[in-house]
Amino acid sequence: MSAERRVLGVASDCREDPQLLRGEATFIADVELPRMAHMAILGSEHAHALIKGIDTSAAEAMPGVLKVVTAADFPGVMPLPCIWIPGGVESHFPPHPYGLPGSRPVLSGDRVRHVGDQIAAVVAETAWQAYAALKAIRVDYELLPVVTRADDAVAEGAPQLHEAVPGNLNAYWTCGEKEKTEQALAEAEVLVELDLVNQRTINSPMEPRGAVGHYVAATEDYTLYASTQGPHNHRFLLAALVLGIPFNKLRVIAPTVGGSFGTKGYLYPDMALVLLLSKMLGRPVKWVDTRTGLMRSTVQGRDHRQHVTLAGTRDGRITGLHCTSYANLGAYPSTIGPGVATALMGRSISGMYQIPAAFCEVYAAFTNTVPLGAQRGSGRAEATFLMERLVDRYAAEIGMDPAEVRRKNLVPDDAFPYENGLGWTYDSGSYRENFDKALALAGYPDMDARRVEARGRGKRLGVGIACYVAICGVGPSTRMSQEGMLGGTWESSNIRVHPTGEVSATVGSASTGQSHYTVYAQVVADELGIDPAQVQVMEADTLRAPYGQGTYGSRSFSMAGPSLALTARKVKEKMRRAAAALFHVDVDKVVYGEDGVIFVQGERETQSKTFADLAMALWYGWNLPPEIEPTIDETTFFDPPDFNYPFGTHVAVVEVDELTGETEVVAYTAVDDAGFVGNPTIVKGQIEGSIVHGLGQALMERAVYAEDGQLVSADLRDYALPRAADVPFFQLDRTETPTPHNPLGAKGAGEIATVPPAAAVVNGVVNALADLGVQHLDMPLTPEKVWRQLYPEGVAR
Amino acid sequence: METDAEPQQQLVETLRDELGLTGTKVGCDTGQCGTCVVQLDGLSVKSCLVLTVQTDAHEVTTIEGVAPEGGLDAVQESLRKEHGTQCGFCTPGVVMSLRDLLEREKEPSEARIREWLTGNLCRCTGYQSIVRGAQGVAAASVAAPTVDTAVGTAAGS
Repeated sequence: MSAERRVLGVASDCREDPQLLRGEATFIADVELPRMAHMAILGSEHAHALIKGIDTSAAEAMPGVLKVVTAADFPGVMPLPCIWIPGGVESHFPPHPYGLPGSRPVLSGDRVRHVGDQIAAVVAETAWQAYAALKAIRVDYELLPVVTRADDAVAEGAPQLHEAVPGNLNAYWTCGEKEKTEQALAEAEVLVELDLVNQRTINSPMEPRGAVGHYVAATEDYTLYASTQGPHNHRFLLAALVLGIPFNKLRVIAPTVGGSFGTKGYLYPDMALVLLLSKMLGRPVKWVDTRTGLMRSTVQGRDHRQHVTLAGTRDGRITGLHCTSYANLGAYPSTIGPGVATALMGRSISGMYQIPAAFCEVYAAFTNTVPLGAQRGSGRAEATFLMERLVDRYAAEIGMDPAEVRRKNLVPDDAFPYENGLGWTYDSGSYRENFDKALALAGYPDMDARRVEARGRGKRLGVGIACYVAICGVGPSTRMSQEGMLGGTWESSNIRVHPTGEVSATVGSASTGQSHYTVYAQVVADELGIDPAQVQVMEADTLRAPYGQGTYGSRSFSMAGPSLALTARKVKEKMRRAAAALFHVDVDKVVYGEDGVIFVQGERETQSKTFADLAMALWYGWNLPPEIEPTIDETTFFDPPDFNYPFGTHVAVVEVDELTGETEVVAYTAVDDAGFVGNPTIVKGQIEGSIVHGLGQALMERAVYAEDGQLVSADLRDYALPRAADVPFFQLDRTETPTPHNPLGAKGAGEIATVPPAAAVVNGVVNALADLGVQHLDMPLTPEKVWRQLYPEGVAR
Repeated sequence: METDAEPQQQLVETLRDELGLTGTKVGCDTGQCGTCVVQLDGLSVKSCLVLTVQTDAHEVTTIEGVAPEGGLDAVQESLRKEHGTQCGFCTPGVVMSLRDLLEREKEPSEARIREWLTGNLCRCTGYQSIVRGAQGVAAASVAAPTVDTAVGTAAGS
């Protein structure tokens, strides 16, 4: 065997796929337990109202109804906690009994603050009966004035949502150097400014959320099945902070989860309700959301209104960057929403560029909308959008090629580790190589000829570039505590070696479609020199795995992956020690071969054991010295020294139809750098899906709230998602700059390519319309919006 | 299979709740997502938009009826090669839609495949690997003209 990677780093089929392709995987809606009853949840019809009374008597008399509950039924249940308030900011929110910032109660009792705010729940024999009974619940509302925009919410005289939060302001948060930046702006040769709306979006995993609660009275054990990205986190939050039950009385299991993109990492009322109602009724209780229910209650993404300013020299050197942002947190602080809207965005605004003075201030406010959370690329996508829009605006202002402006300001290779002046220390990067590779692949120098050709077909061709750095690998627990995270963010792994030489690996992450089992088996097999088929991988069940943190922020391969590699190294070390004892040699003389054969140095032919031989010997435990315990069962809790910082360059080529204003993405090039890649097939799939997610925001997605707070886009007819015919094939490539912060050199990959597409596409369309004087367009770039730029006077009938 | 159904019952309800065929999924309430696509006499239909009684005396094929035992049919196999499934929730519907297309047309163009798939939403793959998978089936069936091209028998060719 050569020293080349045999297993890890190699593209392969995914072991999860056959079951998914045959439709045999068990999603939450497929979970069936004996005597199971079904729950439906009543959401508020109004965006802001006092509840003067709730009459459930008619609902209770409906066929099949077993129980109707309201807030009055749960006086002892604590509110859902918020575990990420921005660092350095004191939460104004009414505190949770344990001293954490609180959030919404399990059911809202005297007041509702967004359409869909959970008021009551019905359990019936069938789901249809439960939903039918919801309609019979009478709620007496007294309507209150509504505010749906963050900038309006902090204005004088705005409707107030929470007594404890004056002016609706959850946090005024800043990063960077204010005075230095203001001075840079004051002294600038060139100043460009933009007002941007990074619109509210709805993640829309194809599987709606769901939960099944099962309480066993005889043992007082609770089991929660839920479509979750973080079963361990949800166990902790529910047991300790909401239900107030012993930690070891709650088991959380995530079945196969049908996509998440951030949403399913949050704690929701339904998770507590199915457990509480199962205990009340002595039966398992199941809840599966509808699409409209999801859109009205599951966390939404983005939603910043920003005034951004860039200072620079006439020859293209950026000297200052300033951002004022109004972030819309929705009606309540979601589990980690307040941190997403501040630190993840604000500290990321300088992107790939070396900028001597930068400052960001965020007004994070409550409004009468669905609570805000993470959407794939969260924070970093909003940051990249403003930076990349500004660079193009600046390039146009000074009459320089936007590619040249970028090249001139990239953080140089010899500057790493690089402090970006906003709080992040970039670990490693080769930005210039990455940038040049993307532009070459996109055929950037040939665009002028293509413009002429397109114009002949009635199309305006535009090209847009977007560069990004996306902090990932959450992460270093102490560092995250400084950012205001209330909890550890390490990741665990365990490897158990069976007597016959197969191994079982359990991990604290939880896949929502990222083929974890495939790539984790590669990590373990590669380290141990065994066949991946010998490696069983398990996750997403709190009874099986050691504690874990789950999957979010593209952390799995760069957190759980290294954790597994370190555990496998412990396995190897124990095997070497056991072999040394059995061969009566010093452990320094024992070699663990790359093929999983353990031998005495120089005596491989005569003094060797296979992996399975030693597994069996350790299982018997015969003739081991007292310092070596029988069997192999090793665990690692990996907490890295710092985050990792994947990056990349995307180039969108768009064609705008001169008659209809329709935008078509005709070519899309992405060169991403996720450090060391464990399985190129999986990462390619993540990149491809991420790009389309970003294109969706650019071209069609928008959560529309009416002035009265009604969510107008509350189903898939009114909320547009990209379809197969909306996208071309992409041109993808990678650069590979390992991180020094974990033993695999892996950086985040799952969401990184969602970060730049919105900026690339808008830059492309603005480029296509530049001769009309267009400097900026807010997303989504619907045909009508673009057409109005083409025909500002309209057309004669 | 035979079952009784209420007049207003959707086919997808009968399949999932009465017959236990849970491979067919429910992703929306409005006939938009395509996770519930099945074949009705070979035609791909959204089973949330079909009443069970309408299928009386017709043949309904669900994802459970597609793969040879322990294996994959030609569409599934090609999607596996391209990693055309990630979370897997849209996958049964995508497989059923593509079976219909590829039973009708031997060599659909990329544009035709994309247009055909507009009834199936996928949030994971960006459609890249799904479209490649569909092209792979077409290429395989064209490369092996002597094989009976009815989907299911071309697998593994």
